[in-house]
Amino acid sequence: MPGLIHYLTVSALLFFIGMAGFIARKNIFIMFLSVELMLNAINLSFIAFSRHLNQLDGHIFVFFVIAIAASEAAISLALVILLYKNRQTLNVDDFNEMKG
Amino acid sequence: METSIYFFILATLAVVSGLITITRSHPLSATLSLVVTLIAVAGLYALLSADFLFVIQILVYAGAILALMVFVIMLLNVSPQEMPPEPGIKTRVALTLLFLSPFFFLVERAIMLQYRSQSTDFLPISTDFGTIQAVGQLLYRDYYFSFEIISVLLLVALVGVVALAKRRA
Repeated sequence: MPGLIHYLTVSALLFFIGMAGFIARKNIFIMFLSVELMLNAINLSFIAFSRHLNQLDGHIFVFFVIAIAASEAAISLALVILLYKNRQTLNVDDFNEMKG
Repeated sequence: METSIYFFILATLAVVSGLITITRSHPLSATLSLVVTLIAVAGLYALLSADFLFVIQILVYAGAILALMVFVIMLLNVSPQEMPPEPGIKTRVALTLLFLSPFFFLVERAIMLQYRSQSTDFLPISTDFGTIQAVGQLLYRDYYFSFEIISVLLLVALVGVVALAKRRA
């Protein structure tokens, strides 16, 4: 039977896949999808711990994370549309006015 | 035994389609394979007897957020020539994964050290664990303030998006 360590391993795998996508890709859409992947990995480990500790609080956290992901998706997609209208590109390397 | 088979299938599906997500050159195919990942993760929630979040994951995540994503990609209608030039995507992603693998093994080692001694199986739970009733009661009894704050946050997001959309570019 799969236990806590198996779920945490899957969660870590998904998180690092998302992180690799965020680092390696230049397409702003794919970077956004990688962030969603990382959020889901964290949600999975929250629920696995919730099941392990037999406490429902982790489910509440996941509920809040999903709500925040929804608002983040709405705002960032609006920003992407504005950026594409102004710059005609999806390459994050071209968005470099604010050189830090 | 059955649970192990389901777990293995869902976990493999999630990880493989996650890898597909970050290696596609067109965002639409990446989004569609992310939907597969999200549904597989929802199945893992169901295996962990999180009924409510299983439904929410499919409705809100795979349904609403990714549909919004597909909608925006189709609205922009970016031709493949306008995509950022990314020669050798797979090599870049593979090298990045290779670079990140020591951190993964570090995390894996920490998980093993901390939880290997636990019995691999989960303890039995009451039948209403993770149902809408149990989660809702906890949400409205102990977390009502955070719930209200989240509703304010969603309102702020709504107003922000409208303000962004009304700005003349």
